[in-house]
Order: sequence, then structure tokens, then C-alpha cells
Amino acid sequence: MSAELLELTAAQAGEKVRAGEIKPAELFDFYRQRAASDQLGSYLWVAGEAPADSASGGPLGGVPLGVKDLFCVKGVPSAAASRILEGYKPPYTATSVERLVAAGAPVLGKTNMDEFAMGSSNENSGFGPVRNPWDTERVPGGSSGGSAAAVAAGNAPWAIGTDTGGSIRQPASLCGIVGLKPTYGAVSRYGMIAFASSLDQCGPLTRDVTDAALLFRHMIGRDCCDSTSLDYPNEVELPSAERLDGIRFGIWGLGEEGVEPGVVEACKAAIAKIEELGGAVEEIELPHAGYGLSAYYVIAPAEASANLARYDGVRYGIRSGNGDLLSMYENTRHDGFGAEVKRRIMLGTYALSSGYYDAYYGTAQRVRTKIADDFKDAFGRVDIVVTPTSPSVAFKLGERTKDPLAMYLSDYFTVPMSLAGIPAVSIPAGLSEGLPVGLQLAGPAFSEGRILDAAHALEKAIGFDGAAARG
Amino acid sequence: MIDRDQVLHVARLARLKLTDEEVERMSSELSAVLDHIENISQLDLEGVEPTTAVVELENVLRADEPRPSWPREQMLEPAPDASDEGFRVPSPGA
Repeated sequence: MSAELLELTAAQAGEKVRAGEIKPAELFDFYRQRAASDQLGSYLWVAGEAPADSASGGPLGGVPLGVKDLFCVKGVPSAAASRILEGYKPPYTATSVERLVAAGAPVLGKTNMDEFAMGSSNENSGFGPVRNPWDTERVPGGSSGGSAAAVAAGNAPWAIGTDTGGSIRQPASLCGIVGLKPTYGAVSRYGMIAFASSLDQCGPLTRDVTDAALLFRHMIGRDCCDSTSLDYPNEVELPSAERLDGIRFGIWGLGEEGVEPGVVEACKAAIAKIEELGGAVEEIELPHAGYGLSAYYVIAPAEASANLARYDGVRYGIRSGNGDLLSMYENTRHDGFGAEVKRRIMLGTYALSSGYYDAYYGTAQRVRTKIADDFKDAFGRVDIVVTPTSPSVAFKLGERTKDPLAMYLSDYFTVPMSLAGIPAVSIPAGLSEGLPVGLQLAGPAFSEGRILDAAHALEKAIGFDGAAARG
Repeated sequence: MIDRDQVLHVARLARLKLTDEEVERMSSELSAVLDHIENISQLDLEGVEPTTAVVELENVLRADEPRPSWPREQMLEPAPDASDEGFRVPSPGA
């Protein structure tokens, strides 16, 4: 039974629960044990037992959910993988998690991540790194590295993460799974520990596109606790497309500097599949997308420096120092934050400081407009923009930790969509030297249904097999 | 180039103590990142409106009805130092 359970997608497992072929407690316990014995560092907390009141009859069938440590879950340690919040147990649960639990996906555990979602390798966690199940000497990507590694390794049937500049898509790419960053505003941010509020969105990390669509459709909708959340304008159907006839795909980024040849090759093979399925393919220009990274590394740290001002040793988390109030603040933040978080706070504070605000933040916001306009132009010609998700496959632990800029370049292809607020999904395109390569499909705001449908047809044609990582 | 004095000034604004070693490292790392970011200053952005939010929403309102708030003891529970009535902090003037 165990081997069979492991090979089921979350949607398939949920079907079997609803059909009475699997008991929900049996399914929960199977994954609880796998999560508890995870050797990759994917989890920071694992549920003790199956919840008595789990809505296993709901549309998600009682299939347990890995939840990034960035989400508040009532009474459960929720620290965004930061030492400064060590031991914090929130009094309430994030709206997105609450909705998924109500639909029948009980919380399996809290997954590891880069501290406050700042990173592209999961090496910035305050509680140790995560390893990639395809090669444990390599990183799983970040910041939702624990969610991605757990799903790829079969230590979670599915998971949710958050994406500010690529933090769902890039780890999904590096771990050979599917990751969806929704349209900004599609899912409530209430109860997500804030990083950069104008960019943060949560979404699913799953084994296949159907699982992603299933989770997504139960996450969306307006929430009175997040005034930037919106009523999703239409029903999100589960994907069913087998062909791509009549759909126009605009390819961007394969010729950009710094993209590994193996990544280009795998993406080209996937693009050939798009054409075989009847899709129309053309190369497009996004003239300002290459400036996205610069704009992002002004906007995100600036917003983070304001959001993280609340960690001052007063209301929650740790406190350090015995002197006056100012030195208590300074010592607490020195001891509680890791190196990357300090770097971003400094960068953001500098960019917002007197005399620099317009030169940095104002300019970056204008670049953001230009990038959004580039996408608008592109979507006048094509339906879906296709790019590599990450310029490289999973890199070795320690390889980029000494060079922040090299690490930031991991987000080159994912940041433009975040700045424009549009949805994008990463699916496995194939392998390069035994490591997964991700292909990114992006569409206009609220086109999740369409991009997931196309991704589904493409996924079937590619036939990527992730079983090797589930061992 | 961000020099040592600028690093210390920004760290003070951010209420962040840095060790001497961190100050040195921050100076070179921030300079490298800012050098890269500089490329956006080459763009012609004359007349381009800044994007502050991607969602086109204005004046999201709700009915102004009283609702119960969180119980005080629950809010004080995670605090590193709390009295019965509030968060206790060191004296600002100590």
C-alpha cells in the first residue's frame, strides 16, 4: 500500500479517500511519518497526529498540506524561519491556510524556508538549510525550498509557499515540480508574515498541474482582512486540455546572457512540444524585463525594511540586551536577524533614506510601470509568455553564499512577472545532467485557468517523471 | 560606493547593531549591489507614472461596525516581557 500511496498525486489520493478506498487517517499518518523522518531539512514542525475534525469529505479529500513557515497557523510555531521569531505561536491562522483546511487539506507541517522569504537557495534559514532530493549536495532553491523539496521527495503530497520575486517558481523549477504564483490580489495575504507587501503572493507547489489548480481554486477570493484581495472574476476549472491549437506562445529569454546551455536545450525541447500540440510559437521582446532585477532589489528591500521594523523585542520573539530602549532594539535585531535579512534591511533603509528616495524607489517604481507595459504589449500579440524559470539548474550548497549578486541573478526570469503582478507557473521541462529544468508560462492578470490548462497539455506531452526524487 | 560612515548612519536608522566585521562586509556588498542597480538610471523614464500597486482598487471600505478585538492576555502572551497591563520595555532614557 505504501508504495502505491506514494505514487498517487494529491488529487488522485483525494479521489480514493472520497471513494472510501483510503481512510483519511491512514493517508495523513503515511505522510506524517514521511515528514517526521525527512532527511532533507524540509520541515521545521510536523503535526503530531491527524486532526480529529479534518474535513476529509471536502473537495480536497483530506490530503495533508505542507505549509511554509511564513504562514501563521494558530497555536503552531510560525517563525518565517527567523531566530527573531523563535517560539512564536500566532493566535490566528492565515486566511489561505484556513480556506484550504476547510476544503479538506489538514496541515501536515511547517516547511523550512529562507528567513523572511529572502533568498534563492534556502541557505538563509535561521534553522539550517534544505537539501535537494535530486542531489543532496545541491540546494532546493528558495525561498519556498522546504515546500518544494518536501513535495519532490514525496514527504508532502502537496504544499503552499509564497512568491515575492520567484520564491515559488524557482524552487519548483530546481526540484522538478509545479509551482504557481497567482495574480497579485487573487489570494489573501492575511496571516502571511510580510516581506514586500506590493509583491507578496501565496500559491501551490505540487507534483502536477492538476494538483496546483485544485489547491489554487480553493485559495482564491476576497478577504475582508486583506484590502488588496479581490473577488476572482471567474470559476477556475480543473485543467483538461490535450492540445494547444490556436494558442499563441511568445518566447523570451533563451538568448539572455548567463543561461546554462542545458537549460536552453531542455526549454527548446519543451517549446518543440508546444508546436507539436498545435500551439503557435514566436519570439518576443520584453525590452525592460532585463531591468526587473534592479527594480526588484530596490522595491523589495525598501518594503521589507519597513515591514521588518516591527521586530524589536517588544511584542513577540526574542529580546537581547540590558541597556536602554535603543540598545535593546539594536541588540535584539542584531542577534535575531541573519546576514541576508540584515543586508536587505540596510539596502532598503538606504534606498528610502532622505535624499535617495526618488533616485532609487521612485525610479524603480517607474521601471515597474515600463515592465508592466511590456507585458501588456506582449499580450496584444500572444496569449502566453514562455521563459526558462531559472537560468541554472540546482547549484551546490555554499556555491553562491559569498556573492549576494550571483544569488540574486537566480530570479532574473521570475522577477518581471512579480513586478507586473501577473500569474506564472513553472513546470518541469526535462533534465539537464540529471537535474530538473523548469519552464515558466505567464499570462495576463487572472488568466490562471488558461495558463494552467496549457501547462497541463504540455506537461502530458513532456511526460516528466519525478519518481527518482521520491526514493 | 557606500563607506563606513554611511553604513553606520543607515544601521542607526534601521535600529540595527553591526559588528566591525559586519560593517566592513556590508560596505563592500551593498556597494556591489548598488553598482548593479545603477543600470536603471540609464533608462529614459521622463513622464512615466510610478507603479505603487498593481491592483486597480480605490477606497476599499467596509461598514464601520464595532467588533470584538483580541483579548489583552492573548496579545501579551508571546511578549518577551509583559506585565498584567502591557508590554514592558527598558527606559528610553536609561
